Amino acid sequence: MRTAVFRPVNIRPNQVHLRFIVEMDIKHKYEAVIGLEVHAQLATESKLFCGDSVAFGAAPNTHVSPITLGHPGTLPKTNRKAVEYAIKIGLACHCEIERYNYFARKNYFYPDLPKGYQVSQHTTPICKGGYVTIKTEQGQRDILLNRIHMEEDAGKSIHDMDEAYTCVDYNRAGTALVEIVTDPVMHTADEAYQYITELRRLVRWTGICDGNMEEGSLRCDANVSIRLKGETKLGTKVEVKNLNSMRNVKKAIEYEIDRMIGIVEVGGTITQQTRSFDASNDTTFAIRDKEEANDYRYFAEPDLAPFLITDDFIQSVENALPTLPQALMQKFQQQLGLTEYDAAQLCLEKSIADYFEAVIVLTDNYKAAANWINGPVKQYLNAQKLTLEELTLTPGQLAELIKLTDDGKVNFSVASSKLMPLLIQDSTKTALGLATELNLLQVSDNGELAAWVNEVIAKMPDKVAEYKKGKKGLLGLFVGEVKKASKGKADPKVVTALLEQKLNS
Amino acid sequence: MFRITSVKDYHQKLLNGQTTCVEAVSYYLQCIQQNIHLNAFLEVYADEALARAAELDAKQQAGLPLGKLHGVVIGLKDVISYKGHKLSASSKILEGFTAIYNATVTEKLLAEGAIIIGRQNCDEFAMGSSNENSAFGNVLNAKDTSRVPGGSSGGSAVSVQAGLCMVSLGSDTGGSVRQPADFCGIVGLKPTYGRVSRYGLIAYASSFDQVGVFANSVEDAALVLEVIAGSDDFDSTALTTPVPQYTQHLDDNGKKYKIAYFKEALEHPGLDPEISTAIKNFFTTLKSQGHTVEQVDFELLDYIVPAYYVLTTAEASSNLSRFDGIKYGYATKKPVGDLTDYYKKTRSEGFGKEVKRRILLGTFVLSAGYFDAYFTKAQQVRTILTERTDAIFKQYDAIISPTVPSPAFKFGEKSNDPTEMFLADIYTVFANLVGIPGISLPLFTNNSGMNFGIQVMSAKENEEILFKLSQRLTKAL
Repeated sequence: MRTAVFRPVNIRPNQVHLRFIVEMDIKHKYEAVIGLEVHAQLATESKLFCGDSVAFGAAPNTHVSPITLGHPGTLPKTNRKAVEYAIKIGLACHCEIERYNYFARKNYFYPDLPKGYQVSQHTTPICKGGYVTIKTEQGQRDILLNRIHMEEDAGKSIHDMDEAYTCVDYNRAGTALVEIVTDPVMHTADEAYQYITELRRLVRWTGICDGNMEEGSLRCDANVSIRLKGETKLGTKVEVKNLNSMRNVKKAIEYEIDRMIGIVEVGGTITQQTRSFDASNDTTFAIRDKEEANDYRYFAEPDLAPFLITDDFIQSVENALPTLPQALMQKFQQQLGLTEYDAAQLCLEKSIADYFEAVIVLTDNYKAAANWINGPVKQYLNAQKLTLEELTLTPGQLAELIKLTDDGKVNFSVASSKLMPLLIQDSTKTALGLATELNLLQVSDNGELAAWVNEVIAKMPDKVAEYKKGKKGLLGLFVGEVKKASKGKADPKVVTALLEQKLNS
Repeated sequence: MFRITSVKDYHQKLLNGQTTCVEAVSYYLQCIQQNIHLNAFLEVYADEALARAAELDAKQQAGLPLGKLHGVVIGLKDVISYKGHKLSASSKILEGFTAIYNATVTEKLLAEGAIIIGRQNCDEFAMGSSNENSAFGNVLNAKDTSRVPGGSSGGSAVSVQAGLCMVSLGSDTGGSVRQPADFCGIVGLKPTYGRVSRYGLIAYASSFDQVGVFANSVEDAALVLEVIAGSDDFDSTALTTPVPQYTQHLDDNGKKYKIAYFKEALEHPGLDPEISTAIKNFFTTLKSQGHTVEQVDFELLDYIVPAYYVLTTAEASSNLSRFDGIKYGYATKKPVGDLTDYYKKTRSEGFGKEVKRRILLGTFVLSAGYFDAYFTKAQQVRTILTERTDAIFKQYDAIISPTVPSPAFKFGEKSNDPTEMFLADIYTVFANLVGIPGISLPLFTNNSGMNFGIQVMSAKENEEILFKLSQRLTKAL
């Protein structure tokens, strides 16, 4: 295959990056208006209009059929799964689903666009309106969506691979995307951060996109403008591209707001521009001015027949939709009595919530289940750099661990630090069996405990005397000594009671 | 001496042992060689065709089941993809390009035992009515080499006219099969839009394009359509309705037809009086045979050509964007400044004049500020035309019109006046605008010995009645 024969456009003019320091009282005069456009790569197996694989990381130009390459005579055929996914995220965002759909062509020339046009839903987005609820310091807010539409991705131009030429990888060309567009309704970088965080959770939760921002499965562009508070007209907007992490979304918007206020404060005017974010120093730089607006010559794609989405189909997608995280959080709080924090932690990812729900089928101690998952399980996963899907500890094993601690047979620290790792290594073992095998079962039998208590009292006459004189704080020391003597098997509650009884008699 | 009257006759002779596929291919290769001056073929697959013929003969010898097009020697217009073979749309911009997949029609032909003998010359990107727009020279009309063969599928028409193959596949966006068939005195069929998959047909105007058939008889055309028609996973605009066995239903059992014609069409000032008279006389004959022939008012006739050229050029301007010198095909050899300069030079050098004219026209009508005045308006015309046509077919079996306003003209006669050239498409573009099937039947000869005929059109997806009536009409004289 011939690589593109063109020299890269210089998109990085030499520019000194100024950090704008804007004083708070000046900042308070202004209000920022922010809208986000998010491209989510749909987690379909094949592309939007042909059967080529969309797997990430393949060697360049290996997932390229004649259709992807736009060879003469090729035609598109819509991927039904992509339509289903678009409806899915639309329903999750409370959008209205358009029944009559067609695609349009957006015409422009660029080497990574094989056909010379992008097939997109220009005039009839599949989802209209809707909102995403976010939590801010001021409470909950619904971020209104303008639309969600389907489109195909372009290939990837690689400008830094060859000194003289730009290389093009067409693997990504034709991949199914949805573009999720908000109204210009956000006012702070933090709101935008909360929005992208929540949206990322939603696309992952519904399974329509893996949400991987670094690999580009989820890409965010921010439209930012400022105006004086009280002003109703929108200011000149700047579009910031290349925001490949949630942090960068926040940092870029913060920088942009300060930059714009800085310009306006010294009497300057803001130029309508497309800018890019430089994560190395958290600044943005201009790529191009928007003045020469492209005429994309949109018209209905004649190679694809319009298609009708039936109510039945929408209903079937809705029926298959999982309980969404915010509803699930509420359920966990209201029906299971969990704290907001616990519920929120469990609903960070669907796999965690699913695991929790599998565990609570087997135990009634919901709080303990939440604590286990949010505590030792997550710590273990983090330490091992594993995802929950890779966890071999079965919900049954975890429920048993909970039962053992609830019954006082094993204390929590032994259960979490000794039993759990061993159970993970051998999923055929049961918690009780392993505890017995390793002699880790707590002793709460008074006779056996009394022996250890007597042994400790006899061993430390001085301390006993001090205790009796009133140094009651020594009790902890005695309990510790008994635990030591029992090699951790003594039930501390029973030991404390026994000690008090003996020492105070 | 190899001599056949139809595919059916050929198959009979093969079965009787009177001929072989190898003999057929050898014969056609010889004919092509003798008529090389007609410039009908851009490339002939001589060795390959002979080898395939030998395989097919062996298959027959072995008593294996034979395909519907067993041994049928076919030419493909150079806009139909044939894996491993060059494909250029008669354009310089596809210089050096080799197809890496088969068009659906190619697959279907091969599956039924056809032998593809070569790639046929045409107007560049199927744009033209005289075959004067090929980057590889004019195709000559075999009957009078000073005259054009028609276009855009000129090479495919002349191949059948001059007996260089049994049938050809062409493409018809606004008459590119029916018009050259008319000029060459053969049968030319454009099926219903979507009846034949477009996958692998280089697009001119996606919502108009349709693969068509050139043949010596209605029956041969029906047989080929039977093979190439049908739904296709690779073309979502292809019709999903089952394909009738057209050749089994060619006999109309003496049916009396209800035929409509447009008054405005027969009284059009641009129509050659000899053609007008011939058709009027023909109508009289049909009436005397008990058929109904009625005049229908069609005041929309003058909107047809403008609407057609607005919509087709719009689609073409976008369809031809992929030829940018980046991925395949021609790339400028001149030094270039930047990317835009590279595109400009490559496309200016690679495309011919007519193609550039249509790309510019299409780009213009899609531009912001002009879109509604041209594109939207033309779409509205298309909708009205479709409604009117549907209404007509509620009352009539067919519409008959001239195929072309004049017989084959001389080279250079119209090539300097694109508008006059466009207007010559007045009778054929109608079927593409409304998506109905049409067939050109070579019924007459004019006083200078050139052929001309009539065009028969039927309702969408009703090729069956189109073939029956066509059979009847060819026998009516």
